[in-house]
Amino acid sequence: MSKKIIVPFGPQHPVLPEPIHVDLVLEDERVVEAIPSIGYIHRGLETLVAKREYPEYVYIAERTCGICSFIHGMTYCQAVEQVMDIEVPERALYLRTIWSEYSRLHSHLLWLGLFADAVGFENLFMASWKAREFVLDVLEETTGGRVIQGSCKVGGVRRDIPGKTLERMARDLDVFERELKDIAGVFLNDESIIGRTRGVGVLSRDDAYYLGAMGPTARGSGVGIDLRKTGYAAYGKLQFKPVVETGGDCYSRCAVRVKELFTSIDLIRQAAAKIPEGEIEVKPKGNPDGEYFSRAEQPRGELVHYVKGDGSKHLVRSRIRTPTLTNLPPLVKMLAGCELADVPVIVLSIDPCIGCMER
Amino acid sequence: MTRDAQETTLVERDHLIGIVEEFRKKGYRLVQMSCTKAGELYEINYSFDLDYQFRNIRIVIDGLSEIPSISGIYWGAFVYENEMYDLFGIRVVGMNIDFGGNLFRTAKKNPFANPTFRGEETCPKR
Repeated sequence: MSKKIIVPFGPQHPVLPEPIHVDLVLEDERVVEAIPSIGYIHRGLETLVAKREYPEYVYIAERTCGICSFIHGMTYCQAVEQVMDIEVPERALYLRTIWSEYSRLHSHLLWLGLFADAVGFENLFMASWKAREFVLDVLEETTGGRVIQGSCKVGGVRRDIPGKTLERMARDLDVFERELKDIAGVFLNDESIIGRTRGVGVLSRDDAYYLGAMGPTARGSGVGIDLRKTGYAAYGKLQFKPVVETGGDCYSRCAVRVKELFTSIDLIRQAAAKIPEGEIEVKPKGNPDGEYFSRAEQPRGELVHYVKGDGSKHLVRSRIRTPTLTNLPPLVKMLAGCELADVPVIVLSIDPCIGCMER
Repeated sequence: MTRDAQETTLVERDHLIGIVEEFRKKGYRLVQMSCTKAGELYEINYSFDLDYQFRNIRIVIDGLSEIPSISGIYWGAFVYENEMYDLFGIRVVGMNIDFGGNLFRTAKKNPFANPTFRGEETCPKR
């Protein structure tokens, strides 16, 4: 048996947009154990509930993540609305659904670009991020913000999307979809992508389920959990099937995200066609008194916002459980037994969002 | 939107492991663990899910008590248990991976146990 050595991976690494550290215990070129450590960008956002009144805290919740900010804000609002028994207007629920799916598109395209970059496919990286610009332009046009939208509030949404704009958005999706099909074909069929990803970082179905994998990390291993199926926002009125792959490797996780782009486009089209006329918000009365675990499907998986109020303007507790935190134990499992050269691709395959995870 | 019923069952600390084992046998996945400070006590929530059915159990302890680790049943629980120690100072016994207080590298030890804001009151009156 060769001697074991420890190679530090991160916190700064070319494939990591944010800092995470993993101690890799190696025998020759093979990883026998991986020990993660985090804490480089912990901001203590959850404690700010003591400083901000509950309607204001949505701005803090949104800033938990710079990618899926809208879904953070929405999930927090859902939690408070459940505690306060607020009936959100149906149009607002559809608008939340539309913006959630645009957020998913922009997050997945961001990840696909980073992933292409990690496997050394620079043209694909540029094509993915060029496509992402279309999504960011729509978000900017409809909410005023490309990344932090600030359009969700307790009781509904702050902005409406006019009917004609919705029609145009649906038409523009046809062109966008054709562009995505070209990109998707490369991700799913190119030999250099397949060579770097197939059979790499395998996570079995049982491990994915019991270790707490969520989102594309779980669905790439055959676990068909998708919180959108619980019917929050307007998802209960829309038709879709969660994308599930069974390979359990980096290729499967990539394939899930590629195919989910088209699911999101379809959901936006359905929502734009079915959205009813009407109010977009109701004014909350009183203060939250009670507790609730609100769950939603982020691009990376299940997001949980727990809130507890005592009848005052300030919540007693906000707890945010992000999908990257729960995808950390599965990552440790994936890394054990892999080659050192595959570590960057495997780490990236869970789409780690460290700012989100550390809050 | 009608309010979804979410039940939280209060359990004794000594019964925790047996109850969590039952969840695992029934096929539930661990959704999350979290801690909430309630006066001088701490509420520890354990949330599970099976086919989108959400279940939550809770133990209540004082700050000096230890709680048993469930990482022998749900291996991935170590991230939540280390987080609870780092942020709240809750001591968890028997973790499969114990970071010894170094998972979250906070400038102040156990910052969520007694949160303060530089020069400000905890809840400013407006």
